[in-house]
Amino acid sequence: MEYFVQQLVNGLTLGSIYGMIAIGYTMVYGIIGMINFAHGDIFMLGGFAALIVFLLLTTFMAGVPVVLALLLMMIVGMLTAALWNWTIERVAYRPLRGSFRLAPLITAIGMSIVLSNFIQVTQGPRNKPIPPLVSSVYELFGISISLKQIVIVVITAILLSVFWYIVNRTPLGRAQRATEQDSKMAALLGVDVDRTISVTFIMGAALAAVAGTMYLMYYGVVVFTDGFAPGVKAFTAAVLGGIGSLPGAVLGGLLIGLIESLWSAYFTIDYKDVATFSILAIVLIFKPSGILGRPEVEKV
Amino acid sequence: MANVASTTASAGSELTARALREAVFSGLITLGLFVLFVGLKTDQNIRNELILTQHWVLLAIFVIVAMVGRFLMVAYAQPWLAQRKAAKAAAPEVAKEESFFSRNFSKIAIVALVLYPPVIIALVGVQGSLKWVDNFGVQILIYVMLAWGLNIVVGLAGLLDLGYVAFYAVGAYTYALLSTYFGLSFWVLLPVAGLLAACWGVVLGFPVLRLRGDYLAIVTLAFGEIIRLVLINWTEVTKGTFGVSGIAKATLFGIKFDASKDGFAALMGLPISSAYYKIFLFYLILGLALLTAFVTIRLRRMPVGRAWEALREDEIACRSLGINTTTTKLTAFATGAMFGGFAGSFFAVRQGFVSPESFVFLESAVILAIVVLGGMGSLTGIAVAAVVMIGGTEILRELTFLKMIFGPNFTPELYRMLIFGLAMVVVMVWKPRGFVGSREPTAFLRERRAVSGSFTKEGHG
Repeated sequence: MEYFVQQLVNGLTLGSIYGMIAIGYTMVYGIIGMINFAHGDIFMLGGFAALIVFLLLTTFMAGVPVVLALLLMMIVGMLTAALWNWTIERVAYRPLRGSFRLAPLITAIGMSIVLSNFIQVTQGPRNKPIPPLVSSVYELFGISISLKQIVIVVITAILLSVFWYIVNRTPLGRAQRATEQDSKMAALLGVDVDRTISVTFIMGAALAAVAGTMYLMYYGVVVFTDGFAPGVKAFTAAVLGGIGSLPGAVLGGLLIGLIESLWSAYFTIDYKDVATFSILAIVLIFKPSGILGRPEVEKV
Repeated sequence: MANVASTTASAGSELTARALREAVFSGLITLGLFVLFVGLKTDQNIRNELILTQHWVLLAIFVIVAMVGRFLMVAYAQPWLAQRKAAKAAAPEVAKEESFFSRNFSKIAIVALVLYPPVIIALVGVQGSLKWVDNFGVQILIYVMLAWGLNIVVGLAGLLDLGYVAFYAVGAYTYALLSTYFGLSFWVLLPVAGLLAACWGVVLGFPVLRLRGDYLAIVTLAFGEIIRLVLINWTEVTKGTFGVSGIAKATLFGIKFDASKDGFAALMGLPISSAYYKIFLFYLILGLALLTAFVTIRLRRMPVGRAWEALREDEIACRSLGINTTTTKLTAFATGAMFGGFAGSFFAVRQGFVSPESFVFLESAVILAIVVLGGMGSLTGIAVAAVVMIGGTEILRELTFLKMIFGPNFTPELYRMLIFGLAMVVVMVWKPRGFVGSREPTAFLRERRAVSGSFTKEGHG
């Protein structure tokens, strides 16, 4: 029983990270109907930005409190990733808007290749380990919960509330929802569609960068290929929850995290990714609209 | 007169001011993008701790290049392009006479390919030809064949497949495993590999019949990854990440390509060299690729090919006209997969070694990129795209003179995939319809007209 609860805690932590990445996928897919393949690499880029900020802090300002260091890593990571995603949208996706459907998918795959190879070339191909930032572990009813797990879950909860507020309660969020439902109509009613889409990319990238920072803190290592597998799993989460739905993305992320850690705990760890991908295939085949998604209406 | 001059002058200065503004802006963006990743580099020191090294000069070069580039772009390139466009629009329409070369492009290309190995041998000698025939010829032709195979699924039937490399892997492992465990020859296993891959095409195609567009893409991606992960983890059979090595070579009517007494070189009275085997492989893959093209061209004229294209254009109309979309989709998957399987077993026989490393998602992406960049559905365009994208990145390995510019530590190979990705983006933005953006309809009423690619749909299968 304790073992099971322990795995639940681990899965919840992992799921929070996936959920944060999944939001970027789901928002972009909802608004322009495109799989942003480069999103996983934006997450990796955010992790690298956090890593470099961490090294800057330890080299030049030794003795910075951990909370401040973490906050700085997150903020700089968010800014950098947001700028990258904004630029990518500007140069690689916007010129192809209105072109045929495969075109932005191909540039997105191209951008994903560019980002991971850019980091490989500039930062080197090796694993980048860092010393643990927070290492306290609490015992609770025989279950050990580490401080970093608590930090990850709390930060995820805070950011999701902020996001939920932005999307549902502000003029910006209204513009986003309007563009998602019908971009032409939104444009006719005075919504700046291009700007709204840019903002969506920026928001998604910021969340992905936070996820990258958390990933770096949790595992203590980052490498240039880290964008792909978490990226695909986060996309799986977005699809599982129902693409286009924010709560769905988080729910999907948590489910994927739980499935992954429970599978590793009770079956073989080698096939944990096979399990995740099989779930993706099964969900898409039997319920393509996901858990919280709206069913797609086929128009003639 | 003076008035006109002053307006143009003020327009010019306005343009310069705008160009300067945009240059500063893009300089700032570049600074923001690269300050952490180019200005600072994480390195391991002797104690294996991460340290930062600083490269501010490199960062400054990046920013200056971006600023100057943007300035020239806004101040000179854009007005010039606009002017040229206006001039082109004003000029009367001239009926273009197709030259002899462009009319007979494919025939000329085939003859050139057949003559390629002898010409290379004549130019650089038997040993020197190894690199050109193997790295350029065989490597590019494998991708041409794979892209033509995928073209059946994506270009003709309009089903977006991101896991094509799975069938390539099935073909490669079929040959590798059956030849090592049972000692069967390449010529027996080539059709077996194709058949097995086609079966897998049906098996993987069956559950995804109801899916459309992006969902299909993601599920096929998942299947591709599942097959790769199984290859990695099923170590008893596939030997996992170590891969299968020492795979038997192919033979030509029972003649082996080795140094033995009855080997190819000894029989022909030629000096022993591995180049003959490579040349044999070159003709083998050329034949396989041409077979793919031939089958594609023939199938397009048959009912099944027309059903594929109808499916691509409009699935609902297709169904209401009584076409069985299930079998249509499955045949497309199976046919495409079969050619992937052929290419896979050729890959195994060429490398003599297969490991799951060769069948990552990136390969699927590269093949799909070639199909789309070539202008989906156009065989010539796809071949051109394969030559440009694969040949271009192979040439990077040869650019040793760059070492003289950037210093001895500069390795152009490192930049291969980076440039490949950039090329994908640039070509797509520049020519969203691919290199050959027009299609000839297979079925037509009275008169055959070439249709611009923009008018044909890409399918939502």
